[in-house]
Amino acid sequence: MTTLISYTIFFASVLMLVALGGCFSEHSGVINLGLEGVMVFGALGGALGMRYLANMPPFMMVVCCMLMAVLFGMVYSLLLAVAAINFKADQTLVGTAMNLLGTAGATVIVKALNMAADPNNTSSEIVYVQAKKYFMVNILGLEISYLMFAAVVLLVISYLVLYRTRFGLRLQACGEHPQAAASVGINVFKMRYAGVLISGFLGGLGGLMYILGGVSQWKFEVGVAGFGFLSLAVMIFGQWKPLRIAAVALLFGLFRSLSNTYNAFPFLVNLNLPGSVYNMLPYIVSLVVLALTSKNSHAPKAEGIPYDKGMR
Amino acid sequence: MQGKENKKKSFFSIPWVQTITASLICILLGLLIGFIVLLIIKPENAVEGISKVLKNFWNYNAKRQPKYFGQTLVKTVPLLMCSMSVLFAYKVGLFNIGVAGQYVIGAGASLYCALGLGLPWWVCLLAAVVFGALWGSIPGILKAYRNVNEVISGIMLNWIGLYLINTILTQVKNPTGKDTYTVASQNPSALIPSLGLNSWFGNEKTVTIAIPLAIIIAVAVWVLLSKTRLGYELKATGLNKNAAMYCGMREKFNIILTTAIAGALAALGAAMLFLTDSMQWECTQSSVPAMGFNGIAAAFLGGLNPIGAIFSSYFIQHITEGGAQVTTLGYFSQISDFISSFIIYLCAFVLFFRGIMSRKPGDRAGRSKKGGKQA
Repeated sequence: MTTLISYTIFFASVLMLVALGGCFSEHSGVINLGLEGVMVFGALGGALGMRYLANMPPFMMVVCCMLMAVLFGMVYSLLLAVAAINFKADQTLVGTAMNLLGTAGATVIVKALNMAADPNNTSSEIVYVQAKKYFMVNILGLEISYLMFAAVVLLVISYLVLYRTRFGLRLQACGEHPQAAASVGINVFKMRYAGVLISGFLGGLGGLMYILGGVSQWKFEVGVAGFGFLSLAVMIFGQWKPLRIAAVALLFGLFRSLSNTYNAFPFLVNLNLPGSVYNMLPYIVSLVVLALTSKNSHAPKAEGIPYDKGMR
Repeated sequence: MQGKENKKKSFFSIPWVQTITASLICILLGLLIGFIVLLIIKPENAVEGISKVLKNFWNYNAKRQPKYFGQTLVKTVPLLMCSMSVLFAYKVGLFNIGVAGQYVIGAGASLYCALGLGLPWWVCLLAAVVFGALWGSIPGILKAYRNVNEVISGIMLNWIGLYLINTILTQVKNPTGKDTYTVASQNPSALIPSLGLNSWFGNEKTVTIAIPLAIIIAVAVWVLLSKTRLGYELKATGLNKNAAMYCGMREKFNIILTTAIAGALAALGAAMLFLTDSMQWECTQSSVPAMGFNGIAAAFLGGLNPIGAIFSSYFIQHITEGGAQVTTLGYFSQISDFISSFIIYLCAFVLFFRGIMSRKPGDRAGRSKKGGKQA
């Protein structure tokens, strides 16, 4: 039972962080389908930090790794920002390319670094056994990383920023009706850049968090196994609202963690379903949920449409 | 008639010239970035490395070249079919990111029919088409009746398909490894016949009639899209669903039909690869095969034209195979994944490149993009 809870909390906080990232980007009017790639790069930044900064004092190292993950995620998300905002590119295509580029690029970087250190080491793995321990804290028998607290704090901040600050409300205006926003003096381009960069921030942090779960080394060839996509489903099901996203992330986290832990529950084992059913479960659930809820969706109205001043 | 005058003015304002030029720019920039990466990793071998990627089968001696050329062609077939699937859907206004899942379903259906049920090759191909169409139509149905964004549902279906097919094909898995049995060892009648084609390619066994068949299908897709009433209706639905409805077209049916055809194309491509024994299905794979996503690359690189897709999918497969040969130089095969994914990224700028080439005063039509995607 404790494993189920710790897995659920772990998956849920990753999904929530990344989905919040997607939420900021979409509220500014840019669909960030490349969250998967952003996560991979955030994970790369964090893992590199853990590898090269392992001698720092623990607290400093944790902070620096988080900063690295955030920085990598934000820089990577610039690929989307430039293409979608300045060049009015097809955002779906850019996102797809970013996901492929994320895994391929991170693999190339890690392999190059590994081979530079030792010509016989052609793996795409980064090992961070010692550094990982600094991230972990034991509470009531549950192993929890500090990042999960950060996730909760970021949820509160996201909510406040989106609904209680001038910036957040202006950001949302750019996703609903950019021409109207521009007419009252808001710089739509800047706002959209902000939205995409925030999604890079949260997505990168989510990526770091993801590779800290359970394992102490990460093979960058495998990417992040569709978590970026799952986060998008969480965001849609959460109707682009931070608090609903958090609740939905918990639900999805539960379903996702069943595939790791179903063996521990006699009544699930008795059902005699193949293990892959539990792997499919989060995706099937999101598909069904989308089918039920998409009719009256609260998606930002202008998302995915490049901003054109002349359309006023 | 300002447009006509402009056409005479510049060679670069002819649409197909623009398309080809834009694609070539993407390729050159992609290769340049790849070359820079090689330079950073190991400067002394970079020139040889990038030339190995570009040469692919020419790296071998003349006697073995046809054989390796054949192998590249065999793997181009599924890529071409996947890109066909993507561009077909895109012409009708749908982004078929579910192509990877449809490819997986095709592989599963054809291999299960071949290995589990012992059916002949043409039945296996048909099974792939039918199941691919059914699987492909799910996002279409959800889109038409439930307003679900086809991108999101496609992504979800990719993962569901992957786990589903892994489970099903585990039943015909070779107990000694992770892969399924070879078709030749269990049911030779399920191998796609070669009809003597392989004698042109150094008797490479995997060269079959699938290669000409794929090209015929590409031409057929081109004819369907640009020369028939159905193609016109589908494109009209893609441009404006409501307008199509008021013109008496069955817009919901058209969306579902499009996704079904797209699914069938991708699934058929998978069957055309796996029924040659060119590779086996690995039953424990935990990520969706890259073939589908490369199909997206090939479709856009080919200027969203079926004939262009033939060349672009060959090119992508060519550098992928070439990339496998740079390991001896102190590089690794992911270099070509990196180059091709960067090329896809650059494809997003194609409209921008075209815009520069045909900059005319007062023309906005080319620049406004298709509408937003509701989830």
